[in-house]
Amino acid sequence: MSAEKRPDSLTGFGASVKRKEDPAFLRGEGQFVDDIHLPDMLHAAFVRSPYAHAKVGAIDKHAALALPGVHAVITFADLPEEIRRQTMPLLVPHPAIKQPLLPYALAKDETCYAGEPVACVIADNRYIAEDAAQLVEVDYEPLPAVNDCRAAIEDGAPLAHAGAESNIAARFPVKVGDADRAFAGAAHVFREKIYQHRGGPFFMECRGAIAQYDAQSQGYTLHVSSQGSHRLKRCMLDMFDLGDHQMRVITPDVGGGFGPKGSFYPEYINVAVAARLLRRPVKWIEDRRENFLTTHQERDQYWDMEIAVDANAKIIGVRGQLIHETGAYVPWGIVLPWITATTVPGPYVVPHFKLDVISVFTNKIQTTPVRGAGRPEAVTTMERLMDRVARELKLDRAEVRRRNFIQPEQMPYKVGIIFRDGRPVTYDSGDYPASQAAALKTADYDGFAKRQLEARAQGRYLGIGMANAVEATGLGPYESATVRVATSGKIVIYTGATPQGQSHKTTLAQIASDQLGVDFNDITVVTADTATIALGIGSFAARTAVNAGSSVHMAAMEVAAKAKKIAAGMMECLEDDLELSGGYVRLKSAPDVKKSLREIAVKSIGMPGFSMAGGLPPGLEHTAHFTPDQAVYSSGTHVAEVEVDIETGEVKIVRYTVAHDCGRVINPMVVEGQVVGGVAHGVGNALYEQLAFDENAQPLSTNFGEYLLPMAADVPKVDLVHLETPSPLNPLGIKGAGEGGTISAIGAILGAVEHALEPFGVRIAEAPISPQRIVALLGEHARGRTQ
Amino acid sequence: MADTRTISVIVNGKSHTATIETRLTLVDFLRHELKLTGTHVGCEHGVCGACTVLVGGISARACLMLAVQCDGLEVATVESLAADGKLNTLQQAFQDNHGLQCGFCTPGMLMTLTEFLRDHPEPNEAQVREALSGNLCRCTGYQGIVDAALDAAKKMRGTTR
Repeated sequence: MSAEKRPDSLTGFGASVKRKEDPAFLRGEGQFVDDIHLPDMLHAAFVRSPYAHAKVGAIDKHAALALPGVHAVITFADLPEEIRRQTMPLLVPHPAIKQPLLPYALAKDETCYAGEPVACVIADNRYIAEDAAQLVEVDYEPLPAVNDCRAAIEDGAPLAHAGAESNIAARFPVKVGDADRAFAGAAHVFREKIYQHRGGPFFMECRGAIAQYDAQSQGYTLHVSSQGSHRLKRCMLDMFDLGDHQMRVITPDVGGGFGPKGSFYPEYINVAVAARLLRRPVKWIEDRRENFLTTHQERDQYWDMEIAVDANAKIIGVRGQLIHETGAYVPWGIVLPWITATTVPGPYVVPHFKLDVISVFTNKIQTTPVRGAGRPEAVTTMERLMDRVARELKLDRAEVRRRNFIQPEQMPYKVGIIFRDGRPVTYDSGDYPASQAAALKTADYDGFAKRQLEARAQGRYLGIGMANAVEATGLGPYESATVRVATSGKIVIYTGATPQGQSHKTTLAQIASDQLGVDFNDITVVTADTATIALGIGSFAARTAVNAGSSVHMAAMEVAAKAKKIAAGMMECLEDDLELSGGYVRLKSAPDVKKSLREIAVKSIGMPGFSMAGGLPPGLEHTAHFTPDQAVYSSGTHVAEVEVDIETGEVKIVRYTVAHDCGRVINPMVVEGQVVGGVAHGVGNALYEQLAFDENAQPLSTNFGEYLLPMAADVPKVDLVHLETPSPLNPLGIKGAGEGGTISAIGAILGAVEHALEPFGVRIAEAPISPQRIVALLGEHARGRTQ
Repeated sequence: MADTRTISVIVNGKSHTATIETRLTLVDFLRHELKLTGTHVGCEHGVCGACTVLVGGISARACLMLAVQCDGLEVATVESLAADGKLNTLQQAFQDNHGLQCGFCTPGMLMTLTEFLRDHPEPNEAQVREALSGNLCRCTGYQGIVDAALDAAKKMRGTTR
């Protein structure tokens, strides 16, 4: 298969074309789920547990039902039998999950996080539904709550779930070689305890869903703001015990996802139950407080790690323990801590590795992947260890990394551990030394010492930090794509890929345009409607360019070949004499001798009563499912230069450089947007975003005043260097680009802050690092401190 | 029973008279009564800026304002910008500079910048970033938005002087 760019194509693979998505959004004509108004639609609001942990007793709904405009109040007891008999699905089972605890669609007799839905109120509008939700009286008996995943595994800790055997959801080892033996003979061993907190996704459009029920088919249509219609359909089929034809899931425009919109949530079940009960469409739109309480987050990891190096700072081994907070339930099993654990070695040769991973229940909303999906924590940990080695051995930090890089000639490189896709972690391609060198050059690393000295002379404290990462992207199993030329000649791509801002409608059209010889604007991409394509997985884990992109490429090639075959029959010539351009199949030697795609498409569907010519399957279309053998590995280096105010603790990022390698690039403008946006998310995780809870696991940060997202003035301008080592594992040579911007940012920024505060011996072992914490760590050195 | 008032308001040049609940927010009035769904609801507490509209030419958070407060006033939403069907200079600059990804914060960004560039035709980058500090975007890292604003300012100066 060849992915060669057509010489006459200015809008295909590799071109920074402007996005097809933009004009509608810019006119205010996007269609997000709350923009959909269906006739006779009712509105839902939820009664949610005010306690992080409580027994649920009697529920009195009389007052709520008496309110004019209220149509129903649904509690667990009111749910249909098929919903009551099962908890929500475990999306990725694994034998290491000792307690696969999952919630019911509504609390049965216990709530395990503040915000867990207890009842669903349906009314004429959202205002009335919220009024009525206030009137539902629930007898709660508060139970002791678990608010910290370290305390949770101590003897005598309260249980996050009444009757559970412990608070441990899963425990598993990740091993390479024999770390304990290797450590015994090491020249140097250093230990670091690191606390990392990642907040939530905080997409700008909250979650939402609209369910319609069709009595005739006893089926449902669900419009939902998601990251994968097909997986949600599967969950709904399981919950409602339905046939394939009885559930259509459509994801309209999505206002950001960042991982947690890929989860299956109880509200989706409830709106469907209500739509069937009331025989009217029912809409639920999450408000921002609900979003803070109930949309999945990533939160806490506690690392206790050791690194062993030889006298030349070469890594001998890394070992330790990771305590990971899963929150109240385990919807994604151990996916998140597993990705974290397998990302630790990164671009470095780590001959011996041992990590004891414990995934722990707390009484907080569950944790599932958020942009980066556990990788930022792993990279931050490894990079903190590398900085420590450099400091202890009095070596330059870049030099320590240089000595430990996997070399390009070692590709493909087997790390020795098993990834979540079940395959050994094998890096397919990449040039890590070149990546760091490029980033350091662009960041003028060599000139930093001078900048730092000059600043110090003025009483200003500059620091520089760096972080390298290798990221598994393009995870299987597949993504679907149908390329179809209608009998009108118009071209459409259907795919299960579910965009949330990643520009699929542009980039997938670009890929197909190369094969079909048309402008990308002549191809319409229809995403995430289960009625248009049978299978699909969705968009997360930086997987769509690789999976959907390859499928579109394969399908478009087949359609082009078929068009030539049919045209050759019509034109009585050889297929090899033909080419596609401008919407026609043309004779290469005489381009005016041609058949339009319209004519060919009409021919392709046959005529009633006649046999199909040439033994071809009917229709000018093809469906492909690229099924990757393994992940493909993107890589990159971030260099952050910061100024720390030793009076206020404020950190200002003065310069930020990214070297990024995601293989061949479909649309450079789009990739740059993904990387730069990812950096902003990492800046938030490094400096601002903290979800606070009190000792009873009661959320304390439930709005954007209490939880700080990076603003325009907080985020640096990013200098971006593109490197390109094509992946040999897919036809287009591409790797994922959606998460690399975030993954290395935290490590680079923490390293820079610590470097800035070097004169004071301050060590940074936590993220986010707030101004208050910096002042506290400075102690007597904080400027202006009088006591 | 619900407390109601009858209001008259001009939205994007078109006059509307409606009897509404006094507690109805401006953004819900625009979205659900007038079906102008371009104005988005991001936080309902005045921080994210997705619901920004111009009321009497001044930017306002439509989630923090009641519809009844707009009685007798003129409101402009994102739907007013491409009035002749063609993207205006600012909108075009957003597309040219990849100033949007998911597109959800975009209407608020556009309305904030419509006011800002009207009042500050020659801004520098720091001023643009400051002006955008009341609008959150989770996708772009703001770089494309800042570039779009500066690009639009330059082009608007070119076309109006």
